[in-house]
Amino acid sequence: MLFTRYLFYFLTILALFSATMVLASRKPIHSVLFLTLTFFAIAGHYILLNAQFLAVVHIIVYAGAIMVLFLFTVMLLNLNKDERSPKPAWVKIMAVIAGGMLMLTLIGVFRGYEGMTTADPSLTQIGLVKNLGRVLYHDYLLPFELSSILFLTAMVGAVLLGKKEQI
Amino acid sequence: MTAIPIDYYLIFCSILFCTGVIGVLIKRNALVILMSIELMINSINLLLAAFAAYTNDPAGQIFVFFIMVVAAAEVAIGLAIIVLIYRTTHSIDIHVLNKLKW
Repeated sequence: MLFTRYLFYFLTILALFSATMVLASRKPIHSVLFLTLTFFAIAGHYILLNAQFLAVVHIIVYAGAIMVLFLFTVMLLNLNKDERSPKPAWVKIMAVIAGGMLMLTLIGVFRGYEGMTTADPSLTQIGLVKNLGRVLYHDYLLPFELSSILFLTAMVGAVLLGKKEQI
Repeated sequence: MTAIPIDYYLIFCSILFCTGVIGVLIKRNALVILMSIELMINSINLLLAAFAAYTNDPAGQIFVFFIMVVAAAEVAIGLAIIVLIYRTTHSIDIHVLNKLKW
């Protein structure tokens, strides 16, 4: 049990560090790579929650598909130069203060919250592929089919936007 | 039997969400802004999955799955729009896109 807790701390620190580095790095390609690291840390969190289906889908969708899209865009657009005119310093300071205020408020609200914890996450079986697939294809079949239409629409839209010649 | 308390997840996801908010506020690169939005979506996803696991309710994890579906579609369209913006203005600085500003 202690090992689980150390793993939780390690993954949390890794995720927060790489999320900060996404914002701190100047080149977009470094941001993309640190974002990939964040996604792998979050996939580790899913495994800690015994949600194996979500962990695998997260790695396939985010680290596999979305990151490749981002990398291709960064390489196609030739963005490997610094931002030409960064925002003035006072805007950044104000933005960090505003975000920090939101963070303090949320932490103050949520600290010590203990409600709704009726199950132990290391013993639940709901995250396994078998149980989740049964729920997905039985109770949520219509949204699942509708999401394929959403994907088709997104694909047509992306191809249409990416076409070179005028339509 | 001492599981990790649920408020650890609440605080971790709050910090990750606020990192995304700060990223949207301080960056000028449209690509990095899209990445910050992805960070926010991921923090919410993790929190939803954590509550689903702690209350033994599979509906929360199904919702996370559908949020991932919508996020993938959103990223595809968003990156296509960014490529289109770069093709017309040769920049993805959001301060170039001020033609619709009062």
